[in-house]
Amino acid sequence: MRLYFLKRLGVMLTTLFIIATVTFFLMKLLPGTPYSNPDKLSEQQLASLNQKYGLDQPLPVQYARYLGNLVQGDWGVSFQFKGRLVTDIIFKRIGPSVLIGFQAMLIGSIVGLGLGILSALRQNSLFDLGAVTMAVLGMSIPSFVFAALLQYYVGVKLGWLPPGLWEDYSYSILPSLALSVTVIAAVARFIRTEMLEVLTQDYILSARAKGISEFAVVWKHVVRNSLIPVVTMLGPMAVSIMTGTLVIEKIFSVPGLGEQFILSIMVNDYSVIMGITLFYSTLFILVVLLVDMIYGILDPRIREKWGEST
Amino acid sequence: MRTLPATGTSPHEITDDLFVHEPFAAEAAMEVAASAADSPWKAALKRLGKNRGVVPAFVLIMVITVLAFVGPLLTPYTYDGQNVAHSNLPPKISGLGWLGFDGLDSNGADLYAKRNITEAHWFGTDEFGRDMWTRVWKGTQISLLIALVAALLDLFIGVLYGGISAYYGGKIDNVMQRIIEVLVGIPNLIVIILFILILEPGITSIILAMTITGWVGMARIVRGQILQLKGQEFVLAARSLGVSNSRIMFKHLIPNALGPIIVTLMFTLPTAIFFEAFLSFIGLGLQAPLASLGVLINDGYKGMRLFPYKLVIPAVMISLIMISFNLLADGLRDALDPKMTK
Amino acid sequence: MNQPILTVDGLHVAFHSQRGEVHAVRGVSFCLQKQETLAIVGESGSGKSVTAKAIMRLLPKQSTSIPAGQITYAGQNVLALPPRELQSLRGAEISMVFQDPMTSLNPTMTIGQQLVEGISKHQRLDKAAAYEKAVNMLQLVGIPNAQERIRAYPHHFSGGMRQRVGIAMALACDPKVLIADEPTTALDVTVQAQILELMKSLQQRTGTGIILITHDLGVVANMAQKVAVMYAGEVVETGPIAEIFYRPKHPYTWGLLRSMPRLDAAGNEPLIPIPGTPPDLARQQQGCPFAPRCAHVMKVCKHFSPPLTEVSSGHTAKCWLLDQRAQQQERLAGVAGG
Repeated sequence: MRLYFLKRLGVMLTTLFIIATVTFFLMKLLPGTPYSNPDKLSEQQLASLNQKYGLDQPLPVQYARYLGNLVQGDWGVSFQFKGRLVTDIIFKRIGPSVLIGFQAMLIGSIVGLGLGILSALRQNSLFDLGAVTMAVLGMSIPSFVFAALLQYYVGVKLGWLPPGLWEDYSYSILPSLALSVTVIAAVARFIRTEMLEVLTQDYILSARAKGISEFAVVWKHVVRNSLIPVVTMLGPMAVSIMTGTLVIEKIFSVPGLGEQFILSIMVNDYSVIMGITLFYSTLFILVVLLVDMIYGILDPRIREKWGEST
Repeated sequence: MRTLPATGTSPHEITDDLFVHEPFAAEAAMEVAASAADSPWKAALKRLGKNRGVVPAFVLIMVITVLAFVGPLLTPYTYDGQNVAHSNLPPKISGLGWLGFDGLDSNGADLYAKRNITEAHWFGTDEFGRDMWTRVWKGTQISLLIALVAALLDLFIGVLYGGISAYYGGKIDNVMQRIIEVLVGIPNLIVIILFILILEPGITSIILAMTITGWVGMARIVRGQILQLKGQEFVLAARSLGVSNSRIMFKHLIPNALGPIIVTLMFTLPTAIFFEAFLSFIGLGLQAPLASLGVLINDGYKGMRLFPYKLVIPAVMISLIMISFNLLADGLRDALDPKMTK
Repeated sequence: MNQPILTVDGLHVAFHSQRGEVHAVRGVSFCLQKQETLAIVGESGSGKSVTAKAIMRLLPKQSTSIPAGQITYAGQNVLALPPRELQSLRGAEISMVFQDPMTSLNPTMTIGQQLVEGISKHQRLDKAAAYEKAVNMLQLVGIPNAQERIRAYPHHFSGGMRQRVGIAMALACDPKVLIADEPTTALDVTVQAQILELMKSLQQRTGTGIILITHDLGVVANMAQKVAVMYAGEVVETGPIAEIFYRPKHPYTWGLLRSMPRLDAAGNEPLIPIPGTPPDLARQQQGCPFAPRCAHVMKVCKHFSPPLTEVSSGHTAKCWLLDQRAQQQERLAGVAGG
């Protein structure tokens, strides 16, 4: 099993390395300079600025320096906010993003599981049909549409919750809700499908034949086995939440990482763009690894497979 | 289904003369219980038709697609023709006033009357006076086209990559899979955004960016399918008859793998539409005056408070498209899944 | 004659399918005595498995219904029991072993957990005692190293071992009736013999009555005292094992016995199958269901369902050939099986 994780770690690091490299070269290819007013600068000023930022070195040297700095935690300085460390910017902005992302996953999972499980148990009932319809709607309608609607109707027209900005906890509710809709839909659908499949399995009959209560059958046998594949959804779920935060933060003016990313793109602040890219990528890879581990904890058969993988 | 052969009238009571040996006619005795089975494609089509969501979804997609091309022709306006005098007019369709298409703005005022405008803009106009109906349908056209091209490219690359990887197996497969493992670790969105930054936002860059990130999913499905089929006996049979590799691939493996391939393709379409809209929404998509659904939603969002119709109409449009494609893809998946023979 | 511990009387089971109502079981009756093994024999689709599941009411509620019939155990009608009492019945009074050992155990629970689950539900034992009992059961069914293996997962066991675990689970709470639904069909022949021997010896110890569902007459010969032959949802012949094997009276039984491959047959002697295929159970039949395939079919068979006729003590069959009037028409020579 240790071998398996070492292998995974290896792949992870390779991926990160490639991402860093690709990001570096892509940044080099981007049109424009990182300076705000290049035409106002004289040749000399340009040259000295370039030297200061190390942009006058040959490419391989820049690359090596870049990698070296990365590893040491020096992710460069923002071009937009002169002198501010990229890492610093990222840290300041992580909070709101993590909050709404995490809440969205929590709400999404709990509500989604609840809906999905009940639907499966009451298959073809009115509740089931309703839930399935809502799930289709939830998964199809883009999250920013929901966000815009929530903002307009609940935030502005009804005024129940603040429609934007970030003052106290209540400001996180609408964004989290908007993000969670797709999650609820996907989770509900998935666990419903899984449960319907598990309900037809022989071992459920065996369990009933033993005379244990229906609740025990559903809880210990059906739900337990259905939950495992749902865990595999956590990876893609994390991705869609990360994607979603970009837009949600824009709509609700949340001072999070996503908003910063978009702003940096608009002003060509390369180092921040690179930094956030790397950050998101690392986060994503870690989530995938985590999900894998959880999966192994839940399903004994997978644990065995790890043990024997070459 | 054969019924028991009629023997004239059925006797009502049991008389002695009934106790004579009376064998059935030869074919009756050899009654075949199973009706002639449909070919798997026909059976799948039948299942598809039974799915409640599929038929309306399909119809809706057809209608929208047709309108996407015909719609702009129905009005004298172009999608980029500006007319400041007609700016920010609410939607007005005579006869559908009760649905909200009454030409009144959010304060109830009739701007058409105020400015002495006789022509009715069915979906209203934007702040430059551009006709929304034309823009929405043009936008749908562009969104659909982008999605289709990206999906087909994904299909092509994915099938090739996955097919080769699975068919040759061994070292080739290993290497190709390692590459995919690493690629999968890179979040799609990041790659797309970076690509677009370099290539300048536009239709080609969006399509390219989406293709680069999308083919992996298709490749994996194709590979999985072919690996599964490779082990099956009909492939061994073909091999033992001396059929060449490429022929096996094209005539045997791929047709059988078509089911999941088609389903994946169908699911790629709404994903592509979503991505395009998403990119446009954050400003990395198409640029003015081009309109795609994403651009329209973005524009609409900006004017949401005063002119909700600008947001609602394209939002509804994209939602309908996504829902329909998802329902269709769902139905296809259920219909083509060999396990689902209820 | 002792009182039977389980009686099934006129059981009808229907499935609601897209093609209409499928009458899988049509008026099945039999009874089971203490420490007796009753084998229910028939081909696929004869309704034997459905009958077995119906006894424990394990059929899916949404798609099946029991329009008629009674199932009596210990004086109570099982079909009318409220959920609580049904649960008390299952596992503790009547229990079941399933056909496919590869899928009838929960893959994410240890076999210990699955055993203890039933034990602690029905018997007032604390966790430690329940586990001890579970270990005992495993030893009883021949699982080596039971103390350790109890913490293992099903996929650590072979098919034969898993079936033993299944039997342990079924017998853990000392039920009076064990329903074994094709317990050996999915196993290798050598393992089959072991499982059958195991069941026999356990039966000796505990006095459990066994209903053995199977399509394999060899298994029947090995285990059963009484046999019920099912065809198209009906019981067409019932009797003590000797009667059924040496003096069968129903053409279907003859066909079954004749179609068994024999070790002493000449090398190129053809196998003798029963011609034709079973009827479509979605349609109501007129007359005897076996008529289309019967070599001795008479006019009356096509229109009227034969009554249950007693052949000898404990031996009944549903065939018009047993009717007085038929015996007068033709001398049926040498048609007994074998």
